[in-house]
Amino acid sequence: MTQKSTGGDVRLSGISKTYGSFTAVHPLDLTVPQGSFFALLGASGCGKTTTLRMIAGLEDPTTGTVFLGDRDVTELPPYKRPVNTVFQSYALFPHLDIYENVAFGLRRRGIKSVKKQVGEMLDLVQLGDFARRKPHQLSGGQQQRVAVARALINHPQVLLLDEPLGALDLKLRRQMQLELKRIQTEVGITFIHVTHDQEEAMTMADTVAVMNAGRVEQLGAPAELYEHPRSTFVANFLGTSNLIEAEVVESGGTGPGAEIAVTAGGGKLRLPAGRSSAGGGSVGSKLLVGVRPEKISLALAEEAGSVPDGRNTVTGRIAASSFIGVSTQYVVDSPVGQGLEVYVQNTEHRDGLAPGADVVLHWNPDHTFGLDAAQDRTAGTEKVEDAT
Amino acid sequence: MAAPLKWLRRNLVVVAGLLTLAYLIMPNIVVLVFSFNKPRGRFNYAWQEFSLDAWKDPCGVADMCGSLALSLQIAGWATLVATVLGTLIAFALVRYRFRARGAINSLIFLPMAMPEVVMAASLLTLFLNMGAQLGFYTVLIAHIMFCLSFVVVAVKARVMSMDPRLEEAARDLYAGPVQTFLRVTLPIAAPGIAAGAMLAFALSFDDFIITNFNAGSTVTFPMFVWGSAQRGTPVEINVIGTAMFAVAVLVVVAGQLISGRRQRAAAQQP
Repeated sequence: MTQKSTGGDVRLSGISKTYGSFTAVHPLDLTVPQGSFFALLGASGCGKTTTLRMIAGLEDPTTGTVFLGDRDVTELPPYKRPVNTVFQSYALFPHLDIYENVAFGLRRRGIKSVKKQVGEMLDLVQLGDFARRKPHQLSGGQQQRVAVARALINHPQVLLLDEPLGALDLKLRRQMQLELKRIQTEVGITFIHVTHDQEEAMTMADTVAVMNAGRVEQLGAPAELYEHPRSTFVANFLGTSNLIEAEVVESGGTGPGAEIAVTAGGGKLRLPAGRSSAGGGSVGSKLLVGVRPEKISLALAEEAGSVPDGRNTVTGRIAASSFIGVSTQYVVDSPVGQGLEVYVQNTEHRDGLAPGADVVLHWNPDHTFGLDAAQDRTAGTEKVEDAT
Repeated sequence: MAAPLKWLRRNLVVVAGLLTLAYLIMPNIVVLVFSFNKPRGRFNYAWQEFSLDAWKDPCGVADMCGSLALSLQIAGWATLVATVLGTLIAFALVRYRFRARGAINSLIFLPMAMPEVVMAASLLTLFLNMGAQLGFYTVLIAHIMFCLSFVVVAVKARVMSMDPRLEEAARDLYAGPVQTFLRVTLPIAAPGIAAGAMLAFALSFDDFIITNFNAGSTVTFPMFVWGSAQRGTPVEINVIGTAMFAVAVLVVVAGQLISGRRQRAAAQQP
């Protein structure tokens, strides 16, 4: 039933899913290159799991086509697809021991001598000593590794992971992230990983697709998404962003060094034209200007003169501060916006940076990005809390 | 004075448990003991002397073993049909959304809630109006009907606690629909199905009221016991009763032993 073919890209073409009047996934085109670690990231209910289930064959797409390599598998039932899934709840068979769980796929394909393969696979996930245990006798992390082994032993063209780390505690999750990454590098199979945890997606995946309300908002390498968000949802869902409503006063040109200048709260800010997803903008048009909290430096208002020329500056007053250990996080109220966040590394002790202090926020204009002002500024801020 | 009190306090749970067990098992012991009796008259109510006569020839009473065979046969068929149908109904009720699902869900419990004698009388009316001949088949139909709801309840509880992802996982791992059902669905639902089947067998085997209304001239074992109790109680009835009890105990103990050994084997693996 498995078919070894070399061109193993997963290609979704115009794929969509509707339940009655509810559209879970809007028509979607997506290509996952063979051998890559691909993450579908989004809040719960954004359609990422539905997309995954359509690749697995557990859900029939309403429209569109699923290709594995050159092969159209849209009509194939799950048991005829060279694709295996690691389920969120692991779905280990409770009446079978670990050995038989792992051997299940091989046996169903009529392979008689499974001993060597099962042994090797259990060693790969470091569970060789647990072969005769039942799933309920294993810890969550061990069960998770069995689920991975049970899927991987079939050498699928694609391994689908549906929030596989959601049920684990934080420390174990970090450990399993590295483990999964190691296994993926070792076996070289395409992994498609669904998660709501932006840190997990960024740590593990080569390419992340951020999904929101049944659509892919943006797709790219983790650093690319973080540094160049093209929508407010991506800016807020991946890390934290300070978004300032501003008006264009100088439209940028098109050249490489072109800059846009905007006013916000009476002050003037600049950003590279290439970092504005809303384009250069015409004078007088609105723009959302964004900057990440860790790019901003803080200076006390009386030391404002020491801020180097050419940096974007905004004045404000510290409303709250919290000490995190490696950094201190400040919330600053400013004429350009309430509740701006600033993360300052605790490299040296700073007197005077306490709630109530007047400060100047300054950052390199190159770290500023521009977004279309027509969007909801708070999209993606309400994240799903991590399961503990 | 204090020592026995202390002992009692430490062992209160055990003592209470044993007393309850004694209360439950007392009738069975009486039946067992009187199966070795040699009564003088026709009634086996007073202890006379020890005898193995009844055990040597349990079928010595006219028609008794015939009625026993009939009861076993009816119970067997009723269990089989009710278990298959009940399991299918339970899966349908849990897994699928269809019209009248809610109505069926509550109607299926009616036979459990309704007084048996009412059901027996209405079944008889139905059979007579249909012109059906009372006998083996009318009894079987009646038994299947009331066993069904018990099987549905037992299997439904099990299926409800079953993760539907297990079947998805099986399909994802190259098991077709038949393989998925045989390798995953059925083994996981098996304890519920077995419980339902055992319940159905017990209920069918000793049902009297509904059977008596709808049996016509057919005589099942409970009907035979009832009938003979008015004329005298043969010791052989106690023999059959004791044997049934012993079989039931053996089945339970065997089940416990097997599952216990399996668990120990699993735990001993390194």
